[in-house]
Amino acid sequence: MRYVTRRLGFYLLTAVVAITINFLVPHLMPGNPAQILIANFRGRVSPAAVKSISALFGISHAPLWSQYLTYWRQLLHGNLGISFSFYPATVASVIERSLPWTIWLVGTATVISFVVGTLMGIGVAWRRGSWLDATVPVTTFFSAVPYFWFGLVVVYVFGVVLHWFPLFGGYSSGTTIGWSWSFMASAFYYSILPATTIVVSSIAGWLLGMRNMMITTIGDDYIVLAEAEGLTERRIMLAYAARNAILPSIADFALSLGFVVSGAILTEIVFSYPGIGYVLYQAVDNEDYPLMQGVFLVITLAVLAANLVADLCYGALDPRTRQGG
Amino acid sequence: MAAAGTLTAEAAQPAGPPARRRAGWVPALRAPKIAIGLGIVILFIAVAVFGPTIYRVNPSSTSTDLLQGPSAAHWLGTTQSGQDVLAQLIVGARISMFVGFVGGAIATVLSLFVGVLGGYLGGVADEILSVFTNIFLVIPALPLVIILAGYLPGKGALSVAIVISVTGWAWGARVQRAQTLSIRKRDYIEAARIAGEGTMRIIFSEILPNEIAIVASSFLFTVIFAILTEAGLAFLGLANLSSWSWGTMLYWAQSDSALQVGAWWWFVPPGMCIALVGAGLSMINFGIDEFVNPRLRSAGISTSRRPARPSRGQSGRRR
Repeated sequence: MRYVTRRLGFYLLTAVVAITINFLVPHLMPGNPAQILIANFRGRVSPAAVKSISALFGISHAPLWSQYLTYWRQLLHGNLGISFSFYPATVASVIERSLPWTIWLVGTATVISFVVGTLMGIGVAWRRGSWLDATVPVTTFFSAVPYFWFGLVVVYVFGVVLHWFPLFGGYSSGTTIGWSWSFMASAFYYSILPATTIVVSSIAGWLLGMRNMMITTIGDDYIVLAEAEGLTERRIMLAYAARNAILPSIADFALSLGFVVSGAILTEIVFSYPGIGYVLYQAVDNEDYPLMQGVFLVITLAVLAANLVADLCYGALDPRTRQGG
Repeated sequence: MAAAGTLTAEAAQPAGPPARRRAGWVPALRAPKIAIGLGIVILFIAVAVFGPTIYRVNPSSTSTDLLQGPSAAHWLGTTQSGQDVLAQLIVGARISMFVGFVGGAIATVLSLFVGVLGGYLGGVADEILSVFTNIFLVIPALPLVIILAGYLPGKGALSVAIVISVTGWAWGARVQRAQTLSIRKRDYIEAARIAGEGTMRIIFSEILPNEIAIVASSFLFTVIFAILTEAGLAFLGLANLSSWSWGTMLYWAQSDSALQVGAWWWFVPPGMCIALVGAGLSMINFGIDEFVNPRLRSAGISTSRRPARPSRGQSGRRR
């Protein structure tokens, strides 16, 4: 229980820090570009909207502290401001529209890459010294490849040259968004290439982590004992070694998730996939600062939530975390 | 921290006197992984430094050879507006490598400061510093770099490097803290303290020399991170688009639809360079890892799965 509250407290604190950074950046960076934009914006939108944007960006003569409180009040009401580029849509509504796409794409890709990468890591460590070791340098190379560049190559090969998959988008323009069979099939078809890109680029991290941990675990005495007892190799590998070696992989989920999400943002841009990464790109492209900051907040909070879940799983799996400290 | 316990660093074992350790670095250079990795990285540094003085083609000058494939005149073909791709690649190496190494260096200094200080001081200072580290560790880096860079007025290479280092120091800080914690308890540190050495002297001449391997490994890791992040930022259009880097090349390739017209020679080389430099740096990293943690070596033990040495319950774990 103590573990759970500690983790919860830590993520709450992190969320507060992230929100504070989001508030401070426009204030601390020299030459606030949002100010110029709002000047251009005035007259085209309602005074209330200008006021709300001003509060979010600190275009006000009130002291910093009271601006900060106003900012929190707005956030707690779910008000992230108005998007410049999608005017009159609010930032919250633009993000809400794109979020399901990203959750589906990044969620599936992360799960696949974690499961496959971990299994491969177990295999490579167990058969150490065999041809499987040759996969390690290959995956090293892939882990250094920028996700989005790999995406470009994948689009070129499978989209432009082979015509197997669509070049960009999240679903066929002939279908309408909804729970219909044809839409789901099309959305699945369009997500294959971007998901493959994310899986291939992120798998190396899991593989290498698991491999190194397995190698360390295999040297432990209880593995020798298990072997002496004549248990099957498969049982030792999975139920003895892997079961213990996987714990750090889960604990490191936090770090890896940040990398994967960052990579996925750029991957979405390559594929013009209608997720939150592509929205971020449009925000950058149109100098839409409210949208940019809203996306940062939502991505950060989502990553924190996912980490909290991973930590709770870790706590459930590893009894040591439950004994105080 | 749940994860911190798993991150006890590997160099805990070979902590002999400094003189013996220095001699110990010579075989490290003969390890194939380190040699190959160093070779790749030095080659790219040489290209960045001397390349533009040898291959004297202006990367921005346009010509009538539009979208030509690789040929004798243009080894890597030309872009939409007839610019030479090879020239862009060579000049682009400068900014990409600069941002990578400068960003990596700044981040490493930051991480040393936070990690070693926290680990050495302990107590409340350590608590605060490690909560701070962990916060920056879980906030996803790219979105943070994007909002910071979005507000950056100049977007020159140095300011981009600084912004990247602001988000890239936390990983190293955590590793160095763990390492410092384990070194701090050693007898020779106690001895130094009793002998009346000052905190700074203990940190710089007693602790840091024993952390060189870890520092080097986190520096290399951060350089990869910085090069990748620069490429990502530039690809998003958040870099100075009038100067050449591997990232801005990809930006222009994407926005001038190099893909749709099938100009693979335009977007493949910059990504390959990034990946090669990254792979080179990681090879050095793995080499260092295996050098300090012999269990990870796979050569020569193919007959037995198990190294002869018994476990110490210590994990040489990296990300």
